[in-house]
Amino acid sequence: MKIHEYQAKALFRKYGIPIPQGKVTDKPDEAQKIAKEMGKVVVVKAQIHAGGRGKGGGIKLADTPKDAERRSKEIIGMTLVTPQTGPSGKLVRRVLIEEALGVHKELYLGMALDREKACITVIASEAGGMDIEVLAAKMPHKIIKIPVDPKIGIQPFQSRQVAFALKLPKELVRNCREIVGSLYRLFTENDASLAEINPLVVTKDGRLLAADAKINFDDNALCRHPHIESLKDTHEEDPTEVKAAKHRLSYVKLDGDVGCMVNGAGLAMATMDIIKLHGSMPANFLDVGGTASSERVEQAFRILLSDKNVKSVLINIFGGIVRCDRVAKGVVEAASRLNIQVPIVIRLAGTNANLAADILKASDLKFTVANDLADAAQKAVQSAAG
Amino acid sequence: MGILADQSTKLVVQGITGSEGSFHTQKMVEYGTQIVAGVTPGKGGVKHAGIPVFNTMQQAVADTGADTSIIFVPPAFAADAVIEAADAGIKLVICISEGIPTLDMVKVMTYMEGKDARLIGPNCPGIITPGECKIGIMPGFIHKPGKIGVLSRSGTLTYEVVDQLTKLGLGQSTCIGLGGDPIIGTRFIDGLKLFKEDKKTAGVVLIGEIGGTDEEIAAEYIQEEFEKPVVAFIAGRTAPPGKRMGHAGAIIAGGRGTAGEKIEILKKSGVVIAESPADIGATMKKVLGDKK
Repeated sequence: MKIHEYQAKALFRKYGIPIPQGKVTDKPDEAQKIAKEMGKVVVVKAQIHAGGRGKGGGIKLADTPKDAERRSKEIIGMTLVTPQTGPSGKLVRRVLIEEALGVHKELYLGMALDREKACITVIASEAGGMDIEVLAAKMPHKIIKIPVDPKIGIQPFQSRQVAFALKLPKELVRNCREIVGSLYRLFTENDASLAEINPLVVTKDGRLLAADAKINFDDNALCRHPHIESLKDTHEEDPTEVKAAKHRLSYVKLDGDVGCMVNGAGLAMATMDIIKLHGSMPANFLDVGGTASSERVEQAFRILLSDKNVKSVLINIFGGIVRCDRVAKGVVEAASRLNIQVPIVIRLAGTNANLAADILKASDLKFTVANDLADAAQKAVQSAAG
Repeated sequence: MGILADQSTKLVVQGITGSEGSFHTQKMVEYGTQIVAGVTPGKGGVKHAGIPVFNTMQQAVADTGADTSIIFVPPAFAADAVIEAADAGIKLVICISEGIPTLDMVKVMTYMEGKDARLIGPNCPGIITPGECKIGIMPGFIHKPGKIGVLSRSGTLTYEVVDQLTKLGLGQSTCIGLGGDPIIGTRFIDGLKLFKEDKKTAGVVLIGEIGGTDEEIAAEYIQEEFEKPVVAFIAGRTAPPGKRMGHAGAIIAGGRGTAGEKIEILKKSGVVIAESPADIGATMKKVLGDKK
């Protein structure tokens, strides 16, 4: 789960990680008031769940409160396109009005899960302010990685390693240590999956601050952090994906024209892949999981078909515990209720597959029953081509 | 004799009285697995389908000598169940539960270090030694005893592949569902090490997917130490970056963990890649045929 910069900074404030003075608003006239109250030059920052905002014109300096209002008017309501949003961009609903910092140095500080070592790794670099992936590719020697032993947590000497790797002046070493320790606590106490301060800024007047803040949270742990879950902004997510999640269907929208309905994530990805091999592109990933009821299948169909790009549907079910005849019944019932206009290709294998084939053939709905996976993909692609 | 489980395995079902636990207990018993106990806190003393139920793993192990456990416990409590099993002396813990918080798994792996216990999963279908012992939720009837080892991060995609292999006359020695989470107890390299020593296994099918670096680590091991033929299919060539594709561990993060990368590295290490999921069984058949 992602959150906005202003929300991450609120968490930073809670954990004592220094941040610039700032306030969020969705109203340009309020932006003016905030800037006036601050009495400083401010920066107006679009709040979206993606980085690269500056490149897309989503971060603007404002010398006066009137400027702040003007900039906010430009940015709130704009569709911000950045290298990370994709070409369709994201609608900006809020801006963060923040004191403009006199930047002396930009550094990078982050924490992420290391899957191999099964621990949290601290990542730091004195080359902050740029994309960490680009940095990792071009200048890996500028990045320090410190795995934290989960048995004892982050130790002061490790925070010192970070501070000295960042080449901080002596008087900021302690601040840095505190920031590192606090970020680790924030991460572990809230089940984060990623935390980034990029850039961590050394200001001209000698402060060490988190100029930006990004925190992602482990979806599997949200039920034990209701206050984190309440930070969710469904406007930032694809509406169909939000709807699917409500019905506990695992769905990801893609760009192709062959809709897929599959049981199992690995099989669903493999189904997407085989569609491409046969010359088309999948419209989505959809894992219907282990149930076969007609309600579930109907929900899945509704979600799939709400994508206007879908020109054919491929249903690929391997029934282990799930019985194929039950799935077939479910599909027939759902399809007859929905009046589906696009061709449907079905491949059911495993438990009671033969029974299922009979049920499908006997229904007066026009399904194409496929013999095997390759046959199913071929037929679905052909049907989409029309 | 399977690499991890066989007719002598004594299994405890943690969460035996729940709907998942009780359903799959019945299926495993039907397959021939020796289930000696169940654990559901608070239900100790009763019998479930003829199997004695205990309140704690310690009691279950003390009473029955169980050496293996399977966990059907809700994700909020599953990490604790794994640790409880290892603490009680269980040597092989198979965790089916999906949705365990990642930091809980960090705790589990930290605990398991140095312990004489192996974890498989979580978020996996389990393991099966066809014809001998099923510890999991996979449909037994598609399997057939034979010489092919199967290591997979997936559930139903594994069944698809096993079905292909069986229909082509290629039975399986052991199938291990590694699980779809980012942190798992047994990875491809661990499974390969077991298959290396197993005389019954003549070749291995790897079913991988986007996310993480387990396939890359396996590739290095295969190049240096594994001589039996390996066929791999990597799911997710069409997956977009940054999106979780069902499995918590199936995510291309920071540009890393793409299917394309994994395929390249595996090819370089001598693994034969099945380009289509429909051809995985046929590819293994060809590779074994070519070998003669």
